[in-house]
Amino acid sequence: MAAILSIHELRKTYEGGFQALKGVSLDIEEGEILALLGPNGAGKTTLISTICGITNGTSGSVSVGGFDNVTHFRRARALIGLVPQEITLEPFTGVLDTVTFSRGLFGKPANPALVEEILRKLSLWEKRDSRIMDLSGGMKRRVLIAKALAHEPRILFLDEPTAGVDVELRKDMWEIVQELKADGVTIILTTHYIEEAEAIADRVGVIANGELLLVEEKDQLMARMGQKQLEVQLSAPVSAIPESLAQHSLQLVNDGKALLYSYDTRAERTGITTLLNDVAQAGLVLADVQTRESSLEDIFVGLVSGEKLRTESVSGDAA
Amino acid sequence: MNWTAVATIYRAEMARFWRTFLQSFISPVLSTSLYFVVFGSAIGSRIQEVDGVEYGAFIVPGLVMLSVITQSISNASFGIFFPKFIGNIYEILSAPINFLEVVAGFVGAAATKSLFIGTVILCTASLFVDLAVQHPLAMVAFLVLTCLSFSLMGFIIGIWARNFEQLQLVPLLVVTPLVFLGGSFYSISMLPPFWQTITHFNPVVYLVSGFRWAFFGQADVPVLLSLCAIGGFTLACMGVIWWIFKTGWRIRA
Repeated sequence: MAAILSIHELRKTYEGGFQALKGVSLDIEEGEILALLGPNGAGKTTLISTICGITNGTSGSVSVGGFDNVTHFRRARALIGLVPQEITLEPFTGVLDTVTFSRGLFGKPANPALVEEILRKLSLWEKRDSRIMDLSGGMKRRVLIAKALAHEPRILFLDEPTAGVDVELRKDMWEIVQELKADGVTIILTTHYIEEAEAIADRVGVIANGELLLVEEKDQLMARMGQKQLEVQLSAPVSAIPESLAQHSLQLVNDGKALLYSYDTRAERTGITTLLNDVAQAGLVLADVQTRESSLEDIFVGLVSGEKLRTESVSGDAA
Repeated sequence: MNWTAVATIYRAEMARFWRTFLQSFISPVLSTSLYFVVFGSAIGSRIQEVDGVEYGAFIVPGLVMLSVITQSISNASFGIFFPKFIGNIYEILSAPINFLEVVAGFVGAAATKSLFIGTVILCTASLFVDLAVQHPLAMVAFLVLTCLSFSLMGFIIGIWARNFEQLQLVPLLVVTPLVFLGGSFYSISMLPPFWQTITHFNPVVYLVSGFRWAFFGQADVPVLLSLCAIGGFTLACMGVIWWIFKTGWRIRA
């Protein structure tokens, strides 16, 4: 598939000298859902703002559907819809009015049928005449999405769409995102909820300190970085790991009631069969066996703390 | 030009005006009436005539200018400051529109509002005094140009301001004194020679003078100079706004 969004060596340095983006390059394919994961202040919002034209980049380029976002900003921006992180809506306007406004702002002729369809899809139609100030927080978020969709964008940016949103609404949001994907919309969402990326993304990008640490298919990332753990629960606790099991590099956990074995799912042999044989030979009786897969969260924490170590050591060297 | 976008911004801005229509309408009528009571009746009865024009009528162009200038600045500055303050300016910045279209929408609406208010004041004034307009076309031209140029200035102030206090600062500290000292309520020829020279550095003098000429055929400064001054001011404001959008000063930084 072709890249609908192409970011090349994008840098942004704020006036005070703070480098929010340090040369980010990324290609996003048409129709995919990309989740950008990163801690607060990683540069996620700056990246989105620079692509959308809300802030000027310091250097580098962004091409949207083949159009440069500066020299051909009209063509480029027409393809993009943006749902900002903060609820930024004029409190005194009506729902229908503000969504209609968004469409007009993008130069599209009025299309009441389409606006109705969008509002219905987002369960906002009943509220069309309500003023923004009278809506709940969740409804306001839906209005932001409706506004972003009003001009029929091909790419939708969702900047932390579920920050501070209750579980039910979060599930609703995920459903909406899946429906949009089914309609062929490319979706880029930022989040610091790993669960969110895991649940809906096709690819995951990890951003920290203004740098894109990696971008990978979610499943591949999980497989590559994912370690599985096997917990062997014993019917009677042991005080130490038997000599004969030393080669398996086990950990004794749960007050000696369980043995923990980490293995790589990609390896040709996981070593489980040998381990279980050796456990039996050592005279230990198994009560239960459990396996656990490391989540995206573990991977993420590993990556970001690794990055922190690296930057710290670099700045240490410089000093 | 993306005219749909311009019309969309314009309509949304005007919608705010209609929401507060009563306030937009009553307040200029009331303040103009008060000016007439104080300046026209109380003081005017002692001044009688200025340059052969009855004092009550003489102050009308100045009064209109005073309101139109303050209204243009406050409407336009608030119009662009509000989305900045709320944060929904993101939508305007990420839309496929250029600075001319943004300005046309916001400034066009602000200028329309102050034009409306100027007209209301003129109508109110005509209830108090006999008004004859000698050069109607020039009168309309001066009025429209003033609405436009000061709305442009208001737009700049709205982008410059970081908070509500700053939003009030320029109108309060710069514009109001300039307007009051710009010959709204007196003829410059009434001042001592030294102050007459100083007054010529006040841009509002050229506006009031030109506008008054349209009514009574008399001016403190040549009419052509007045037109050039206001034209130059409009161009200067456009230049600043072009620079703001080019560099992203205070909006895309």
